[in-house]
Amino acid sequence: MADLTKGEREPILQVRNLVKHFPLTQGILFKKQVGAVKAVDGVSFDLYRGETLGIVGESGCGKSTVAKLLMSLERATSGEVFYKGQDITKLSGRALKAVRRNIQMVFQDPYTSLNPRMTVGDIIGEPFEIHPEVAPKGDRRRKVQELLDVVGLNPEYINRYPHQFSGGQRQRIGIARGLALNPEIIICDEPVSALDVSVQAQVVNLMEKLQDEFDLSYVFIAHDLSIVRHISDRVGVMYLGKMAEIGTDNEIYDHPTHPYTQALLSAVPVPDPEAREARDRIILTGDVPSPANPPSGCRFRTRCWKAQDICSTEQPLLAVPERYKGQNTLAAHESACHFAEERAVLAV
Amino acid sequence: MPEPYDPLQPGDKEAIAPTGAGGPMDLAIEEAESLEKTLGDAPGPSGPGGKARSLWSDAWHQLRRNPVFVVSALLIAFLVVIAIWPQLIASGDPLKCDLSKSQEGSAPGHPFGYDTQGCDVYTRTVYGARASITVGVCATLGAALLGSLLGGLAGFFGGWGDATLSRVADIFFGIPVILGGLVFLSVVTSTTVWPVVGFIVLLGWPQIARIARGSVITAKQNDYVQAARALGAGNTRLLLRHVAPNAVAPVIVVATIALGTYIALEATLSFLGVGLRPPTVSWGIDISNAASQIRNAPHMLLWPAGALSITVLAFIMLGDAVRDALDPKLR
Repeated sequence: MADLTKGEREPILQVRNLVKHFPLTQGILFKKQVGAVKAVDGVSFDLYRGETLGIVGESGCGKSTVAKLLMSLERATSGEVFYKGQDITKLSGRALKAVRRNIQMVFQDPYTSLNPRMTVGDIIGEPFEIHPEVAPKGDRRRKVQELLDVVGLNPEYINRYPHQFSGGQRQRIGIARGLALNPEIIICDEPVSALDVSVQAQVVNLMEKLQDEFDLSYVFIAHDLSIVRHISDRVGVMYLGKMAEIGTDNEIYDHPTHPYTQALLSAVPVPDPEAREARDRIILTGDVPSPANPPSGCRFRTRCWKAQDICSTEQPLLAVPERYKGQNTLAAHESACHFAEERAVLAV
Repeated sequence: MPEPYDPLQPGDKEAIAPTGAGGPMDLAIEEAESLEKTLGDAPGPSGPGGKARSLWSDAWHQLRRNPVFVVSALLIAFLVVIAIWPQLIASGDPLKCDLSKSQEGSAPGHPFGYDTQGCDVYTRTVYGARASITVGVCATLGAALLGSLLGGLAGFFGGWGDATLSRVADIFFGIPVILGGLVFLSVVTSTTVWPVVGFIVLLGWPQIARIARGSVITAKQNDYVQAARALGAGNTRLLLRHVAPNAVAPVIVVATIALGTYIALEATLSFLGVGLRPPTVSWGIDISNAASQIRNAPHMLLWPAGALSITVLAFIMLGDAVRDALDPKLR
């Protein structure tokens, strides 16, 4: 993985103030909106060519919705996603189909992401049927077999059905399908969380190998912090539909400044019993508030030990904290907290 | 099921990392590097490139071993054959009657005896299969096609179309079958089977539509539908290639069971005098004529009623067997 710094390359994907509210309705035939689940509420980030951006956060913080918005599987309520300068959130029909050639997705659950009634050859070959210009008809079977080979499966499995494969093999099929159109960006929505640990490592390695081979950019969504650190160049931490902190993996893991990130990292299991005794464990109280009725101001304030009056009245912006501005320290990265301050919590 | 699953690769389990200072993840990853090379070569029990079994052929394999299915399928095959060629086993004419033999018992060449009009009960029972099977099959096809088309589209697209269709289906559900039959069919004068078929389709489609709608909604939420959409697939492809094949099984099951009940419904309507009418030969009509004479000549009632029961039972058993084979949760 190349060590990329901002400005060195053009961002390939720019996300600006992305918002997705799911309406809550009442009534059977005549529906009336009574509220909204604010699944994603103003998320912005850039993805650079060839890098992996990890997005972490607990269940229900909006990670998967971000993935669906980036894929245009859901319509954004507002905000923009620029792919090479073109806003893709408002595209439809042919233009959207063209963009989809370049942005593909790997799904979380390999048991539901493959159509059980289709053979592996049909599943991986389907992208070519939808985009016939990518591969001429006579060429497709060979291409599918190549793809199977690329992801480490026996090309002779082409006529088999998904239920004849194990979870890790199925996820490889899913990756092969994602690679078929030769995309530039692959959105990975928890691609390994449904696999057992040994198979997780194989799949993560495969994804890294493919990244080098095909110059892919990944948005890697997960809740497993160690895997995200292993694969990511930069990491964004989400809480309740908002980005809490974003920076390179070292900045986030070794120099977290947002209290939520610090609490999250302090929960990472430590294999060494002595280090475990010594480390700084932050235990949060209370539950994640409902995204249908998030707290005013800072979303994390209801569970934060630093919260003061300003936190309930003023929403902290995602920016480099004042105290670190202009300094050459790894703590000088964007963090959405009024009282952002470095606190090392990861005892590795 | 005997065969389909591949075992995990031989080395898979060993890669679980020993915990150590380097952190579990890194070690697992190093070990996995070497494992990865062997991964592609693991042959399944049937060998690479061996016979692949789809879910449909799995279901077929299971069905063939199910005695309930074999018995009911043979019975239905027999019924269908005599519905098409009744003269194969009955040489007489069901409409040729001799009043002098009214209600007589069995005689050589006429094993089931004679009915009130002096017609041969055996011949009439054999010829009656045609009406029942025609009504059952046509009504089921009609209801299944109409119901799965409307229900499937409503489930797939949702929105106001779905809401409207569901309410319309509720209205049809509200029509009482017998009362509706008496009202609608008493104004019809045709002696063919089509008014009865039409009426059964009219009452039967909402049931199929509800099943189809539900199973389409379940199927369309699967990740593979999202994956195909993400590839740029249009609605037609999503519906035909991804949703329909995965939603059709419950419709087939319900339709097969419904076929049996439709045959019974036809007999009921004919019994009440609003279904099929003479000269059409139907079990329902014969049962109706025989009912008043049950104490004098029970054979007139028992043969057509027995044939009806066996036919209905055969279709319902077939439906049950098909459901067992198609529902993976029951395996």
